[in-house]
Amino acid sequence: MSKVNLDIPEVEIREIRLNSITGFQGTAKELVSQCSGCGKLKDKNRSFSQCLGCGTSNAACTLTLIQDAAIISHGPVGCSTCLHEFAFTYRVNAHLRQLEHPTQRKIFSTNLEEKDTIYGGGKKLDAAIREVFKRAKPKAIFVITTCAAGIIGDDVESVANNAEKELGIPVVAVFCEGFRSKMWTSGFDAGYHGIARKIIKPARQKRNIINVINFWGSDIFREWFGELGYEPNYITPFATVDSLSYSSEAALTVQACSTLGSYLGAALEQGFGVPEIRNSPPYGIAQTDRWFRELGQILGKEKEVEDLLARKKAEYMPKIEALREKLKGKTAYVTAGASHGHSLLALLKELGMEPQGAAIFHHDPKYDNEDERSDTLRHTVEDYGDVPNYNVCNKQEFELVNVLNRIKPDILLARHGGMTLWGAKLGIPSLLIGDEHFGMGYEGLVNYGERIAEALENDEFVKNLAKHSVNPYTKWWLEQEPYTFLGK
Amino acid sequence: MAGLIEQERYTCAIGALQTVVAIPRAVPILHSGPGCGVMIKGFFERAAGYAGGETAPCTNFSEKEVVFGGTDRLRNIIKNTYKVLDTDLQVVVTGCTAGIVGDDVASVTDEFLYEEDRPIVHVETSGFKSNNYVSHSAVVNAIIDQYVSRFEDDNPARSDKNLVNVIASIPYQDPFWKGNLKEYKRLLEGLGLKANILFGPHSGGVKEWQTIPKANFNVFISPWYGEPIVKNLERRYKQPYYSFGYMPIGANATTEFLNGVLAYALEQGAGIDEKKARAFIAEEEKAYYEELDNLATFLLEFRYGLPEYAHILHDAGYVTGLTRFLLHETGVIPKEQFIVDNIPNKYQEKIAETIKSFSGKREIPVYFDPDAGAMQDLIRGLEHKGRGLILGSGWDKELAKELDADFLSIACPSPYRIVLTTNYVGYTGGLRVIEDIYNTSLATYK
Repeated sequence: MSKVNLDIPEVEIREIRLNSITGFQGTAKELVSQCSGCGKLKDKNRSFSQCLGCGTSNAACTLTLIQDAAIISHGPVGCSTCLHEFAFTYRVNAHLRQLEHPTQRKIFSTNLEEKDTIYGGGKKLDAAIREVFKRAKPKAIFVITTCAAGIIGDDVESVANNAEKELGIPVVAVFCEGFRSKMWTSGFDAGYHGIARKIIKPARQKRNIINVINFWGSDIFREWFGELGYEPNYITPFATVDSLSYSSEAALTVQACSTLGSYLGAALEQGFGVPEIRNSPPYGIAQTDRWFRELGQILGKEKEVEDLLARKKAEYMPKIEALREKLKGKTAYVTAGASHGHSLLALLKELGMEPQGAAIFHHDPKYDNEDERSDTLRHTVEDYGDVPNYNVCNKQEFELVNVLNRIKPDILLARHGGMTLWGAKLGIPSLLIGDEHFGMGYEGLVNYGERIAEALENDEFVKNLAKHSVNPYTKWWLEQEPYTFLGK
Repeated sequence: MAGLIEQERYTCAIGALQTVVAIPRAVPILHSGPGCGVMIKGFFERAAGYAGGETAPCTNFSEKEVVFGGTDRLRNIIKNTYKVLDTDLQVVVTGCTAGIVGDDVASVTDEFLYEEDRPIVHVETSGFKSNNYVSHSAVVNAIIDQYVSRFEDDNPARSDKNLVNVIASIPYQDPFWKGNLKEYKRLLEGLGLKANILFGPHSGGVKEWQTIPKANFNVFISPWYGEPIVKNLERRYKQPYYSFGYMPIGANATTEFLNGVLAYALEQGAGIDEKKARAFIAEEEKAYYEELDNLATFLLEFRYGLPEYAHILHDAGYVTGLTRFLLHETGVIPKEQFIVDNIPNKYQEKIAETIKSFSGKREIPVYFDPDAGAMQDLIRGLEHKGRGLILGSGWDKELAKELDADFLSIACPSPYRIVLTTNYVGYTGGLRVIEDIYNTSLATYK
């Protein structure tokens, strides 16, 4: 059955839609083999847990960086207070996307107070939408929901629909209450669902553009696609409401991370007939080759792609070989969201390093396109072999600290904030790369390899920090098995 | 007052979990949905402390807890917190989810308090109840009522004539809280007092909190926030308080503040050598004015342009303190000012009066509105001659660029600036403000 239904206001959460889980302990191969057939994975709970992110933040992450839209968080003032970080990102990364004059981000809160939880916040939201329309003159307004609004049962959909009729711009209710899902990535799906059902329009004609579902990384696709006569259409950071509306006119859709783009990629294909590259993103040589070849095939540019790959090979293989020599046998540990984490493991293996484990935030046994070729972890295991100590850990820092203290890898690779600190406190060089495109393609292997080599060489800072830093974890805890609280 | 807010400069009630993070070796335990802790940390940035941010235990409410209640889950999390984290005080703060479904948190924490004698405190901080300016007091009072009260026998009320509790900066919401509290401590000690500053590396952690009752009186530096704390202490321990309504920045305000504390302390029977205390104030002032003297030529003669007027967007304590400071001690003219901390109506008039009193010649318009986006639009519509200066949060950097004004980030959220132990209050704080403002201006000359 299709997982994409653009007629209903709310997208199903990942736990239900994809049978995703947040608790697993074993090896990568075990997880992949348990996944085959899907729906068989059983999630485990924790009897101790630390603060997680929520769907609201991640929905905002996909929506705040649309150039000419406004965001209203329908909730207490706290539910939007970290969104200023996206305003910062927008401003400082704008130049990467040829945006010379980034406009101010328009982020609002309906500021729900106690009396609103009793009498309802619908009227307040209605007034807020009208005020935002007047003040920000946006091309679209997104209303993101919060725990409080969800529990008191405000009819956000009706308020949004009524305002939309009157104001003549899309007013999109995005359902992303934190308590609904243990996977904050469900927030991505909620944001994209809103875009797919209310912003994207049927194609007028096909154009030479390729949708790239990504965050705010560097503009490498302009060069790649340029060689094939196409331009990237970035979704959603730095897009406009108009460019999103006509993402239906693209030749195809690619994703920087299948965790991020799973839902929108499938929605664009099933709802608007834009094919999606099935193979997971181009990290590591094997995956890069597969990805580019599928791209060439869909575009009818097989020969151009082969030429491009041959050139890349000639240019970068000597450098990659040199890095492999340098990094051979070095051990590593990875902590990241699902798909990107799998990609990082592939990169490490490709560079001749030995990942000794990974703490991956959740696991999707399948993606929305239901095609095994999108399964990044399967590719990593099939291309490079098993990864021991593969754990699905929902960003539980206490488990990470415990594991790192045991394994003591040569380097910690992280994708999310808050985690590198624990490598560094233990004296382990720790590297976080914010730009998700940094490791892509042949050049990405060189980029990453050089940074890893640098981090390994420059360990004076972390060694010194380790000598002086304070650790709030008890001795007892560090002596327990890392997954003591899992499944209890 | 309660409507739409653009660009919030504070956070919701559960934001006061940072009040716990600021106490050495204390841990907040969140009984809330996922996201609350990370959202709060994201607002304040670089604010994880000893066991905040991703380290803080959290029940991460799911649909199941919303429907069936989350007290069992909370019990488990607390029990295991003792095993996993090495902390001196645990404070359970609640989010919107727990508040709306009505979980009885007190009965859970009571089990640990009475059966295991744990240092545990609970406080309701549902986001929709209030904001962190308000709930800071709720958290502090909860710790006083549920934890400090257990040590009253060893710390009889008002038994130390020279000890004071300082109720001032809200940790993290005041970006300079660490430096400011340290400076208050230094200044009060200069008078011959001892100060419980309660937060940060220069406080004594929960041991210091235990001695709160012993204080002879309290020093309350704030236009409104924190008032329930001094009122609570007045009721509980009969401690009176000396009140100063805004941040004392620079020599005029600091001298006035210290003279006020000194007179009050003597009145309360503190054992202070008044002559020595006066000498301390005089010496501090002298050092301050030596700097200002040396700088005066620059302030008066720099030919290439310096800020001539300023707009401040901040809370009432800072707007008032900085307005006075700029006017009296730098010559930069404070124009329209914007108080964005959602200050309750009943305090607004007094603040407006205070600001009015700073100049016999000049009317300084003051706006009270937490909707800082609307305040920015107001600024966009103003016209003033000369070079402008905006003192505000990271949100205002873009505004300053639009208006071609100098910009100094001094309020939350502040993604464009790192603040470690810098202080803005006191004599040294005033000098630091001068350094920061003029270094910002001078950096524009390439």
